[in-house]
Amino acid sequence: MPQPARPLSPFTTIYRWPLAMALSIVHRMTGIAIAIGLLLVVWLLLALAHGPESYATARALCGSWLGLVLLFGWTWALTFHLANGIRHLFWDVGKGFSIQQAKASGIAVIVASLVLTALIWACVFAQGGK
Amino acid sequence: MAEFTLPKNSKVQKGKKFPAKAGAKNVRTFRVYRWNEDDGQNPHIDEYEVDMDSCGPMVLDALIKIKNEIDSTLTFRRSCREGICGSCAMNIDGGNTLACTKAIDDCKGDVKIYPLPHMPVVKDLVPDLTNFYAQYASIKPWLRTETPAPDKERLQSKEDRAKLDGLYECILCASCSTSCPSYWWNGDKYLGPAALLQAYRFIADSRDEDTGARLDELEDPFKLYRCHTIMNCTNTCPKGLNPAKAIGEIKKLMVERKGV
Repeated sequence: MPQPARPLSPFTTIYRWPLAMALSIVHRMTGIAIAIGLLLVVWLLLALAHGPESYATARALCGSWLGLVLLFGWTWALTFHLANGIRHLFWDVGKGFSIQQAKASGIAVIVASLVLTALIWACVFAQGGK
Repeated sequence: MAEFTLPKNSKVQKGKKFPAKAGAKNVRTFRVYRWNEDDGQNPHIDEYEVDMDSCGPMVLDALIKIKNEIDSTLTFRRSCREGICGSCAMNIDGGNTLACTKAIDDCKGDVKIYPLPHMPVVKDLVPDLTNFYAQYASIKPWLRTETPAPDKERLQSKEDRAKLDGLYECILCASCSTSCPSYWWNGDKYLGPAALLQAYRFIADSRDEDTGARLDELEDPFKLYRCHTIMNCTNTCPKGLNPAKAIGEIKKLMVERKGV
Protein backbone atom coordinates (compact mmCIF):
# COMPACT_ATOMS: atom_id res chain seq x y z
CA MET A 1 0.00 0.00 0.00
CA PRO A 2 1.57 3.36 -0.94
CA GLN A 3 2.09 5.59 2.08
CA PRO A 4 1.02 9.22 1.79
CA ALA A 5 3.85 11.69 2.44
CA ARG A 6 3.05 12.21 6.07
CA PRO A 7 4.66 15.13 7.87
CA LEU A 8 6.83 14.54 10.92
CA SER A 9 5.43 16.17 14.04
CA PRO A 10 7.65 18.85 15.66
CA PHE A 11 9.95 17.72 18.46
CA THR A 12 12.98 19.75 19.64
CA THR A 13 11.33 23.07 18.81
CA ILE A 14 8.20 22.46 20.88
CA TYR A 15 9.38 20.29 23.79
CA ARG A 16 9.85 22.11 27.08
CA TRP A 17 13.26 21.02 28.33
CA PRO A 18 13.29 19.45 31.77
CA LEU A 19 16.53 20.03 33.75
CA ALA A 20 17.55 16.38 33.41
CA MET A 21 17.35 16.55 29.60
CA ALA A 22 19.45 19.72 29.48
CA LEU A 23 22.08 18.13 31.76
CA SER A 24 22.17 15.02 29.59
CA ILE A 25 23.04 17.09 26.53
CA VAL A 26 25.58 19.15 28.49
CA HIS A 27 27.16 15.85 29.61
CA ARG A 28 27.74 14.92 25.97
CA MET A 29 29.01 18.34 25.02
CA THR A 30 31.44 18.49 27.96
CA GLY A 31 32.70 15.02 26.95
CA ILE A 32 33.56 16.38 23.52
CA ALA A 33 35.02 19.57 25.01
CA ILE A 34 37.32 17.56 27.31
CA ALA A 35 38.65 15.58 24.35
CA ILE A 36 39.35 18.74 22.35
CA GLY A 37 40.79 20.48 25.43
CA LEU A 38 43.25 17.62 25.83
CA LEU A 39 44.90 18.79 22.61
CA LEU A 40 45.66 22.06 24.42
CA VAL A 41 47.31 20.15 27.26
CA VAL A 42 49.32 18.06 24.78
CA TRP A 43 50.44 21.24 23.07
CA LEU A 44 51.51 22.65 26.45
CA LEU A 45 53.55 19.51 27.19
CA LEU A 46 55.13 19.61 23.73
CA ALA A 47 56.11 23.23 24.32
CA LEU A 48 57.59 22.23 27.68
CA ALA A 49 59.66 19.49 26.05
CA HIS A 50 60.80 21.83 23.30
CA GLY A 51 62.64 24.22 25.59
CA PRO A 52 62.27 27.29 27.79
CA GLU A 53 61.51 29.71 24.96
CA SER A 54 58.60 27.83 23.46
CA TYR A 55 57.27 27.12 26.97
CA ALA A 56 57.36 30.82 27.75
CA THR A 57 55.27 31.46 24.63
CA ALA A 58 52.79 28.77 25.64
CA ARG A 59 52.56 30.18 29.17
CA ALA A 60 51.95 33.67 27.85
CA LEU A 61 49.16 32.36 25.62
CA CYS A 62 47.57 30.42 28.49
CA GLY A 63 47.81 33.53 30.66
CA SER A 64 46.05 35.72 28.11
CA TRP A 65 42.34 36.32 28.56
CA LEU A 66 41.48 33.91 25.71
CA GLY A 67 43.75 31.22 27.19
CA LEU A 68 42.23 31.71 30.63
CA VAL A 69 38.67 31.51 29.29
CA LEU A 70 39.53 28.26 27.48
CA LEU A 71 41.22 26.83 30.57
CA PHE A 72 38.33 27.83 32.85
CA GLY A 73 35.91 26.27 30.38
CA TRP A 74 37.97 23.11 30.10
CA THR A 75 38.21 22.78 33.90
CA TRP A 76 34.47 23.24 34.26
CA ALA A 77 33.78 20.70 31.48
CA LEU A 78 36.01 18.24 33.31
CA THR A 79 34.43 18.77 36.74
CA PHE A 80 30.90 18.70 35.32
CA HIS A 81 31.58 15.50 33.39
CA LEU A 82 33.14 13.97 36.50
CA ALA A 83 30.26 14.95 38.81
CA ASN A 84 27.58 13.90 36.34
CA GLY A 85 29.50 10.68 35.69
CA ILE A 86 29.20 9.88 39.39
CA ARG A 87 25.45 10.63 39.10
CA HIS A 88 25.30 8.08 36.29
CA LEU A 89 27.09 5.51 38.51
CA PHE A 90 24.29 5.84 41.07
CA TRP A 91 21.74 5.23 38.32
CA ASP A 92 23.77 2.21 37.20
CA VAL A 93 23.22 0.57 40.59
CA GLY A 94 19.51 1.46 40.45
CA LYS A 95 19.49 4.45 42.80
CA GLY A 96 18.11 7.98 42.39
CA PHE A 97 15.50 7.42 39.70
CA SER A 98 12.59 9.35 41.22
CA ILE A 99 11.75 12.72 39.67
CA GLN A 100 12.65 14.56 42.89
CA GLN A 101 15.96 12.69 43.35
CA ALA A 102 16.98 13.20 39.72
CA LYS A 103 16.25 16.90 39.98
CA ALA A 104 18.12 17.25 43.28
CA SER A 105 21.13 15.31 41.98
CA GLY A 106 21.12 17.44 38.84
CA ILE A 107 21.27 20.64 40.87
CA ALA A 108 23.96 19.08 43.08
CA VAL A 109 26.03 18.31 39.96
CA ILE A 110 25.81 21.92 38.75
CA VAL A 111 26.80 23.30 42.15
CA ALA A 112 29.59 20.74 42.63
CA SER A 113 31.08 21.42 39.20
CA LEU A 114 31.15 25.18 39.80
CA VAL A 115 32.60 24.82 43.31
CA LEU A 116 35.27 22.38 42.13
CA THR A 117 36.24 24.66 39.26
CA ALA A 118 36.51 27.63 41.63
CA LEU A 119 38.59 25.55 44.09
CA ILE A 120 40.98 24.32 41.41
CA TRP A 121 41.57 27.84 40.13
CA ALA A 122 41.89 29.26 43.63
CA CYS A 123 44.69 26.73 44.15
CA VAL A 124 46.31 27.61 40.81
CA PHE A 125 46.31 31.33 41.55
CA ALA A 126 47.40 30.78 45.16
CA GLN A 127 50.41 28.86 43.82
CA GLY A 128 51.22 31.88 41.70
CA GLY A 129 50.69 30.06 38.41
CA LYS A 130 49.75 32.56 35.79
CA MET B 1 19.82 8.30 10.62
CA ALA B 2 18.86 10.86 13.17
CA GLU B 3 16.89 13.81 11.87
CA PHE B 4 17.56 16.96 13.85
CA THR B 5 15.31 19.31 11.87
CA LEU B 6 11.88 18.91 10.33
CA PRO B 7 11.77 17.83 6.67
CA LYS B 8 10.49 20.37 4.15
CA ASN B 9 6.92 19.02 4.03
CA SER B 10 6.70 19.20 7.84
CA LYS B 11 7.64 22.84 8.49
CA VAL B 12 4.84 24.44 10.47
CA GLN B 13 3.15 27.56 9.10
CA LYS B 14 0.73 30.13 10.42
CA GLY B 15 -2.91 29.15 10.08
CA LYS B 16 -6.35 30.60 10.58
CA LYS B 17 -7.71 32.48 13.55
CA PHE B 18 -11.13 31.77 15.03
CA PRO B 19 -12.07 34.68 17.32
CA ALA B 20 -14.41 34.21 20.27
CA LYS B 21 -18.04 35.26 19.97
CA ALA B 22 -18.73 38.86 20.90
CA GLY B 23 -19.59 39.15 24.58
CA ALA B 24 -17.32 36.32 25.76
CA LYS B 25 -15.50 37.63 28.84
CA ASN B 26 -13.26 34.81 29.98
CA VAL B 27 -11.33 33.85 26.83
CA ARG B 28 -8.33 31.51 26.42
CA THR B 29 -6.50 31.01 23.16
CA PHE B 30 -5.71 27.49 21.99
CA ARG B 31 -3.00 27.14 19.33
CA VAL B 32 -3.50 23.79 17.68
CA TYR B 33 -1.37 21.91 15.12
CA ARG B 34 -3.35 21.10 11.98
CA TRP B 35 -2.51 18.94 9.00
CA ASN B 36 -4.80 17.40 6.44
CA GLU B 37 -3.61 15.04 3.74
CA ASP B 38 -6.20 16.28 1.23
CA ASP B 39 -5.40 19.99 0.94
CA GLY B 40 -1.77 19.45 -0.10
CA GLN B 41 -0.44 22.11 2.26
CA ASN B 42 2.15 22.10 5.02
CA PRO B 43 1.07 21.73 8.65
CA HIS B 44 -0.11 24.95 10.25
CA ILE B 45 -1.17 26.31 13.63
CA ASP B 46 -4.80 27.40 13.96
CA GLU B 47 -5.80 29.73 16.77
CA TYR B 48 -9.08 29.19 18.57
CA GLU B 49 -10.44 31.57 21.17
CA VAL B 50 -12.60 29.64 23.62
CA ASP B 51 -15.02 31.10 26.14
CA MET B 52 -13.92 29.47 29.39
CA ASP B 53 -17.19 30.35 31.14
CA SER B 54 -18.89 27.62 29.12
CA CYS B 55 -16.00 25.12 28.95
CA GLY B 56 -14.96 22.24 31.19
CA PRO B 57 -11.67 22.36 33.10
CA MET B 58 -9.55 19.95 31.05
CA VAL B 59 -7.75 20.45 27.74
CA LEU B 60 -9.87 17.65 26.25
CA ASP B 61 -13.02 19.59 27.23
CA ALA B 62 -11.73 22.54 25.21
CA LEU B 63 -10.84 20.36 22.19
CA ILE B 64 -14.31 18.79 22.21
CA LYS B 65 -15.88 22.24 22.55
CA ILE B 66 -13.83 23.50 19.59
CA LYS B 67 -14.89 20.51 17.50
CA ASN B 68 -18.55 20.87 18.50
CA GLU B 69 -18.96 24.62 18.26
CA ILE B 70 -16.11 26.23 16.29
CA ASP B 71 -14.44 23.90 13.78
CA SER B 72 -15.80 20.41 13.21
CA THR B 73 -12.81 19.45 11.01
CA LEU B 74 -10.46 19.30 14.03
CA THR B 75 -9.36 15.67 14.44
CA PHE B 76 -8.05 13.97 17.58
CA ARG B 77 -8.33 10.63 19.37
CA ARG B 78 -10.25 10.38 22.62
CA SER B 79 -12.36 7.84 24.41
CA CYS B 80 -12.60 7.38 28.17
CA ARG B 81 -12.00 11.03 29.25
CA GLU B 82 -10.65 9.78 32.60
CA GLY B 83 -7.02 8.83 31.96
CA ILE B 84 -7.37 5.09 31.52
CA CYS B 85 -7.57 4.50 27.77
CA GLY B 86 -4.52 6.50 26.67
CA SER B 87 -6.12 7.67 23.42
CA CYS B 88 -5.80 11.43 23.89
CA ALA B 89 -2.03 11.55 24.49
CA MET B 90 -0.57 14.66 22.84
CA ASN B 91 1.96 17.40 23.41
CA ILE B 92 0.34 20.12 25.52
CA ASP B 93 2.21 23.18 26.76
CA GLY B 94 5.55 21.59 25.84
CA GLY B 95 5.07 18.24 27.55
CA ASN B 96 3.47 14.96 26.56
CA THR B 97 0.39 14.07 28.55
CA LEU B 98 -3.27 13.06 28.33
CA ALA B 99 -5.59 15.89 27.24
CA CYS B 100 -8.31 14.52 29.52
CA THR B 101 -6.30 14.77 32.75
CA LYS B 102 -4.40 17.98 31.93
CA ALA B 103 -6.07 21.03 33.49
CA ILE B 104 -6.26 24.11 31.27
CA ASP B 105 -5.35 26.22 34.31
CA ASP B 106 -2.00 24.37 34.56
CA CYS B 107 -0.94 25.66 31.12
CA LYS B 108 1.03 28.88 30.82
CA GLY B 109 -0.27 31.55 28.41
CA ASP B 110 -1.82 30.35 25.17
CA VAL B 111 -2.46 26.63 25.28
CA LYS B 112 -0.21 25.06 22.61
CA ILE B 113 -1.28 21.64 21.40
CA TYR B 114 0.75 19.42 19.06
CA PRO B 115 0.64 15.73 18.19
CA LEU B 116 3.09 13.45 20.04
CA PRO B 117 6.59 14.59 18.96
CA HIS B 118 8.63 13.13 16.07
CA MET B 119 5.87 10.89 14.75
CA PRO B 120 4.31 10.58 11.30
CA VAL B 121 1.05 12.53 11.37
CA VAL B 122 -2.13 10.90 10.05
CA LYS B 123 -4.26 14.01 10.56
CA ASP B 124 -4.13 16.99 12.94
CA LEU B 125 -3.39 15.56 16.42
CA VAL B 126 -3.47 11.91 15.36
CA PRO B 127 -0.02 10.27 15.02
CA ASP B 128 0.69 6.95 13.33
CA LEU B 129 1.50 4.53 16.19
CA THR B 130 2.10 1.43 14.01
CA ASN B 131 5.80 1.21 14.91
CA PHE B 132 5.09 1.83 18.59
CA TYR B 133 2.61 -1.05 18.76
CA ALA B 134 4.91 -3.34 16.74
CA GLN B 135 7.66 -2.68 19.29
CA TYR B 136 5.28 -3.55 22.12
CA ALA B 137 4.35 -6.80 20.35
CA SER B 138 8.05 -7.59 19.83
CA ILE B 139 8.69 -8.00 23.57
CA LYS B 140 5.96 -10.68 23.63
CA PRO B 141 3.90 -9.14 26.40
CA TRP B 142 2.34 -12.25 27.88
CA LEU B 143 3.38 -14.86 30.46
CA ARG B 144 5.79 -17.29 28.82
CA THR B 145 5.91 -20.58 30.73
CA GLU B 146 7.51 -24.01 30.40
CA THR B 147 6.00 -25.87 33.30
CA PRO B 148 2.65 -27.51 32.56
CA ALA B 149 -0.35 -25.35 33.38
CA PRO B 150 -1.75 -26.09 36.86
CA ASP B 151 -5.42 -27.02 37.34
CA LYS B 152 -6.18 -23.53 38.59
CA GLU B 153 -4.39 -20.22 37.97
CA ARG B 154 -0.66 -19.77 38.53
CA LEU B 155 -0.33 -18.45 42.06
CA GLN B 156 1.86 -15.63 43.28
CA SER B 157 2.76 -14.41 46.76
CA LYS B 158 1.64 -10.96 47.85
CA GLU B 159 5.29 -9.85 47.85
CA ASP B 160 5.83 -11.05 44.28
CA ARG B 161 2.60 -9.40 43.20
CA ALA B 162 3.78 -6.13 44.76
CA LYS B 163 6.79 -6.18 42.43
CA LEU B 164 4.43 -5.45 39.54
CA ASP B 165 3.11 -2.23 41.09
CA GLY B 166 4.24 0.74 39.04
CA LEU B 167 4.58 -1.50 35.97
CA TYR B 168 1.19 -3.00 35.18
CA GLU B 169 -0.59 0.39 35.29
CA CYS B 170 0.88 1.50 31.95
CA ILE B 171 -1.87 2.37 29.45
CA LEU B 172 0.44 2.49 26.39
CA CYS B 173 -0.41 6.10 25.57
CA ALA B 174 3.08 6.58 24.04
CA SER B 175 3.72 9.83 25.93
CA CYS B 176 7.03 8.54 27.32
CA SER B 177 8.48 7.03 24.15
CA THR B 178 7.71 10.13 22.09
CA SER B 179 9.25 12.39 24.76
CA CYS B 180 12.58 10.57 24.54
CA PRO B 181 15.36 12.13 22.41
CA SER B 182 16.93 8.69 21.91
CA TYR B 183 13.59 7.50 20.53
CA TRP B 184 13.45 10.58 18.28
CA TRP B 185 16.86 9.76 16.78
CA ASN B 186 16.62 5.96 16.77
CA GLY B 187 12.92 5.10 17.07
CA ASP B 188 13.28 2.43 14.40
CA LYS B 189 15.83 0.42 16.39
CA TYR B 190 15.53 1.54 20.02
CA LEU B 191 12.45 0.01 21.68
CA GLY B 192 11.67 3.11 23.72
CA PRO B 193 10.60 3.47 27.37
CA ALA B 194 7.04 2.15 27.01
CA ALA B 195 8.01 -1.18 25.43
CA LEU B 196 10.96 -1.55 27.83
CA LEU B 197 8.78 -0.87 30.89
CA GLN B 198 6.52 -3.68 29.68
CA ALA B 199 9.52 -5.93 29.00
CA TYR B 200 10.53 -5.41 32.63
CA ARG B 201 6.94 -6.00 33.79
CA PHE B 202 7.25 -9.59 32.54
CA ILE B 203 10.87 -10.02 33.63
CA ALA B 204 9.79 -9.01 37.15
CA ASP B 205 6.77 -11.35 37.17
CA SER B 206 7.43 -14.40 39.37
CA ARG B 207 5.08 -16.48 37.17
CA ASP B 208 7.02 -15.84 33.96
CA GLU B 209 9.57 -18.58 33.20
CA ASP B 210 11.43 -17.07 30.27
CA THR B 211 13.53 -14.33 31.88
CA GLY B 212 16.77 -15.53 30.26
CA ALA B 213 15.32 -15.38 26.75
CA ARG B 214 13.73 -12.00 27.48
CA LEU B 215 17.12 -10.60 28.49
CA ASP B 216 18.78 -12.24 25.46
CA GLU B 217 16.31 -10.48 23.20
CA LEU B 218 17.20 -7.09 24.69
CA GLU B 219 21.00 -7.66 24.61
CA ASP B 220 21.51 -5.40 21.62
CA PRO B 221 23.30 -2.07 21.09
CA PHE B 222 20.04 -0.35 20.16
CA LYS B 223 16.95 -2.06 21.63
CA LEU B 224 17.90 -1.37 25.26
CA TYR B 225 21.17 0.51 25.42
CA ARG B 226 20.08 3.64 23.53
CA CYS B 227 18.63 4.68 26.90
CA HIS B 228 21.01 7.30 28.33
CA THR B 229 18.90 8.09 31.41
CA ILE B 230 17.70 11.41 30.02
CA MET B 231 14.63 10.93 32.28
CA ASN B 232 12.12 12.61 29.94
CA CYS B 233 9.98 9.46 30.08
CA THR B 234 9.61 9.53 33.85
CA ASN B 235 9.17 13.30 33.90
CA THR B 236 6.30 13.16 31.42
CA CYS B 237 4.39 9.95 32.28
CA PRO B 238 0.75 11.00 32.89
CA LYS B 239 0.25 7.93 35.11
CA GLY B 240 3.23 8.76 37.34
CA LEU B 241 5.16 5.61 36.40
CA ASN B 242 8.95 5.36 36.14
CA PRO B 243 10.15 3.79 32.87
CA ALA B 244 13.70 5.09 33.45
CA LYS B 245 13.93 3.03 36.66
CA ALA B 246 12.52 -0.07 34.94
CA ILE B 247 15.13 0.27 32.18
CA GLY B 248 17.81 0.73 34.86
CA GLU B 249 16.67 -2.51 36.50
CA ILE B 250 16.96 -4.38 33.18
CA LYS B 251 20.49 -3.01 32.66
CA LYS B 252 21.36 -4.15 36.20
CA LEU B 253 20.07 -7.67 35.51
CA MET B 254 22.18 -7.77 32.33
CA VAL B 255 25.30 -7.12 34.40
CA GLU B 256 24.33 -9.40 37.28
CA ARG B 257 23.73 -12.43 35.09
CA LYS B 258 27.24 -12.09 33.71
CA GLY B 259 28.40 -12.74 37.27
CA VAL B 260 30.22 -9.45 37.72
